[in-house]
Formats: sequence, C-alpha cells, structure tokens
Amino acid sequence: MNQNRNQTMKPLTLTILGGVDKDGLPDAIDKIEIGRGEIIGIVGPTGSGKSTLIADVEQFAQGDTPSGRRILINGVPPEPQLRSDPRKKLVAQLSQNMHFLADMSVCDFLRMHAKSRGKDNALPEKVIMLANTLTGEPIDPKHQLTILSGGQSRALMVADIAVISDSPIVLIDEIENAGIKKQEALRLLSGEGKIVVVVTHDPMLALMASRRIVMKNGGMTKVISTSTEEHQIFQDIERVDSWLTSLRETIRQGEVVA
Amino acid sequence: MKMVVVAGTPGSGKTSVLMHAVKDLKRSGHRPALAKIDCMWTEDDIRFKRLDVPVAVGLSRDMCPDHYAIYNMDEMLQWAKAQGADILLNETAGLCLRCAPYPDKGLAVCVIDVTAGPNSPLKVGPLLTTADAVVMTKGDLVSQAEREVFRERILEANPRCRIIEANGLTGKGSGELADLIRTWPDIDGEMVLRHNPPLAICTLCTGELRVSKERHRGVLRHLDGFMEYRGE
Repeated sequence: MNQNRNQTMKPLTLTILGGVDKDGLPDAIDKIEIGRGEIIGIVGPTGSGKSTLIADVEQFAQGDTPSGRRILINGVPPEPQLRSDPRKKLVAQLSQNMHFLADMSVCDFLRMHAKSRGKDNALPEKVIMLANTLTGEPIDPKHQLTILSGGQSRALMVADIAVISDSPIVLIDEIENAGIKKQEALRLLSGEGKIVVVVTHDPMLALMASRRIVMKNGGMTKVISTSTEEHQIFQDIERVDSWLTSLRETIRQGEVVA
Repeated sequence: MKMVVVAGTPGSGKTSVLMHAVKDLKRSGHRPALAKIDCMWTEDDIRFKRLDVPVAVGLSRDMCPDHYAIYNMDEMLQWAKAQGADILLNETAGLCLRCAPYPDKGLAVCVIDVTAGPNSPLKVGPLLTTADAVVMTKGDLVSQAEREVFRERILEANPRCRIIEANGLTGKGSGELADLIRTWPDIDGEMVLRHNPPLAICTLCTGELRVSKERHRGVLRHLDGFMEYRGE
C-alpha cells in the first residue's frame, strides 16, 4: 500500500487565489499556498462560505464559480481532465452528506466506485473492514446502501476515501457531527504526505491544523497560524476529549460510569 | 445558425442549467433564441425573458411533445432566424423516455439528476445513449463516491458522450456547456433523427379511452414481450 502510494503521489502544492465575498468585495487574502503534508483548517460561523470554499477546491475553480476564486496545482492551472475524470482526480472529498441515495448493495457500489477510479476490484472488502473499525454496528457487504445508519454511511464514506479515492488532496467537511470516531477518521484520511483541508467548528480539529483560514460573509478574511500556546491547549483538549470518548463508549456499551 | 436540443427528465434542472449557459453565451457576443416545448403549461418563458433573449413557447397539449417538437423544428429555426439569432436553444418537455428528439446535426444535450440514483442512466434510454453531452445535476446532494459511480453508469450507457457536472443553483458547469455550444458546427441541409420514434401508433394515440387489449389495434406488445399485430 505504502509503496503504491509513493508511486502515485507526487508531491504537489495547492494554491488558492482569492476571489470575492457575497457582496462582491475582494477576499482579504489574495493567495494561500498549501504544501505537501499540511493540514489546514477552515473556520467561521454557519453560512460564512466554508463549504463554498471547499467546493471551489474540489472542482478546481478557474474563476467560473460564484466566488470567482482560482485554484492552481504546482503553481499552474490544472488540465481540464484533472477537474472531471475520476481516474485522474487529485481530490478526495468527504462532504456534509450523511446518506447514500443510490439503491445498490454496499459491495456493488464499492466495486463500481473502484472501477470509476480505475482501481483494483478487490478493494471493496478492504473498505468495509476499515469502515467497521469506525462504526458501532458492523456493515454487511450485502446491505443496501439506503438502509445504513448515518454513522455507518459516514464510516463507509471515510473508508472509501482512504482506500478507493486515495488522492493527494483530501477535503473534509465537518467530520465532528458524523457519529464516528473523529480522530481516527482524520488519521485515516490524512495519510502520509497528503494535503488535508478540513472545515470544522471543533477546537481540537482546528488546532490540529498548522494554519486556519477564517471565513466571513463568503470571503477569506485572514489566515491564523497555530501558535505554540495553542498547541499546548490542543494537548489539553486531546486529554479531555479522550476522557469524554471513553465515557461515551462506556455509556454506549450499557455499562455504568465509575 | 447553431442548434441545440436539450432533453431530460422533468425536474432535472434543464431550465436552470440553460439559463446560466444563455448568460455565458450572451457575454461572449452570441445571440441565442429559446424555444421551450411543453405539454400543458409552462412558466419557463417568463424566467427566460428576464435574460432579455427572444423566447417562443410551444404547447403540444394532447399530442406527444417530442413528436410535436420534431415536426416543428423548421418552424422554430425560421422563427429564430427572424429574431436575428445565431443559436437556437430548444428545450423539450422530456416525458416518456422512449423518443430522443435529437436531429443529427444539432448538439444533443441530455440533463440528468444524480439524485435519481445510479440506475437512472440505464433507464432513460435513447435520450441519454444518443446524446453528445450529458449534464449531471444536483451532484452537491450526494457524496463524491456516489457522483463518480453515477458518472461511470453514464459512460456504460453512452461511452462517447462528454459529461458535464453542473449545478443549476450556482451555475457550475454552464461555462463548459456554453463552450461546447460555441464550438459546435452550424447546421446545414436536411436533418434526420438520431433514433427512431416508437415502433407503432396505437389506438390510444387516436383517442380510444377503453382499457384492455381487445379494444386496441395496431402492433401490441404483451407483458411477456410477445408482439402481435391486430387490424386489417
């Protein structure tokens, strides 16, 4: 797997060139460069344009989206094929969608997705195995996608991205509301050398990022680098979070909290 | 004159995608005219008129809207010419999925909604299989994996088509569609359909209301697939 990764994943840089906010005023940030292996956060109130920014990156906007932003790969506009052909796509995206609408079995769906990405037919089993480490009740390959719970769907989407969509750029939209183990999910998605862009309201995830873009009224207003102090706070939050997680698990398993 | 025929299932976003493409075409100096064909009622003409382009509406009423669009093609082209247009955009009603109202020389565009599920590209038949471009809409409502599976299904049904991922709300993809329209060759000479219309006219087409096979004439297909001819 790692060998395979090293071959397919050439180091790249992602550049976001500023566009306009909801009122048509220019982004305060006119250029952000994101390098290999960096986790970058997107923060801001609801409706501030976080998902729009992530959509710009997903479709490699070239001034043709409402924000007017442009995305460069290694400093140049990407070839048109990179924008659309899943076999060449550089981006894997976990969006806010919590459910599948496709009326197919889990196994058929994953096989078809592997085919669309030009990948090995044997991957579906691996995806399901991985998904089942993130969710409570296990997913059966014969299950219809539409009967999966929100948590199961989300776990399957995460595992699918880690195994089948395995791309050098990973976009994640609010993983914290997914009902799955968020840190493990983020670790799975942010494989070695990948660029990870994560939209979040969660202090722990936001501080895991080395920088965060602040959104307001559809525009990119500033970029904050995570300071040493913030990193210390992150370690405190991590302790509190693992305590909360263990309490949650105890309650889930029908046991008594001591 | 260039001609574009846009077909697709009801509610798939044909009008919204076209509206964004019209804006783009106008920005680049083209003069598009729009002919909207529907069955009973439409208010799309009001939406299109806001874009300040010539709009004509044809209501087929008790006739098949695709048949109606096909034999009125030359009338639409003459009308567009009289309006000083250089592109005729013809939006069809899109109903039974048996016909494909595409003449061979125009650009054939099929608009299809991702939320209809990955089997829908197999269900829509010639509307999709004979199209030059397939526009996928509402992709923002499903996961990336589901979008990619849907795309693969479209390619299974029509391996030669160009797929455009569009969003009728934000206008995503309409620039790509407008580009394709701009580069499409002008129409000239006689045009023929890409796909044959349904096999036979049945008695229902001529107004018979009674159900059951004994009331009907023509080529009839039984549920098990057996076909028979009844009549003179």
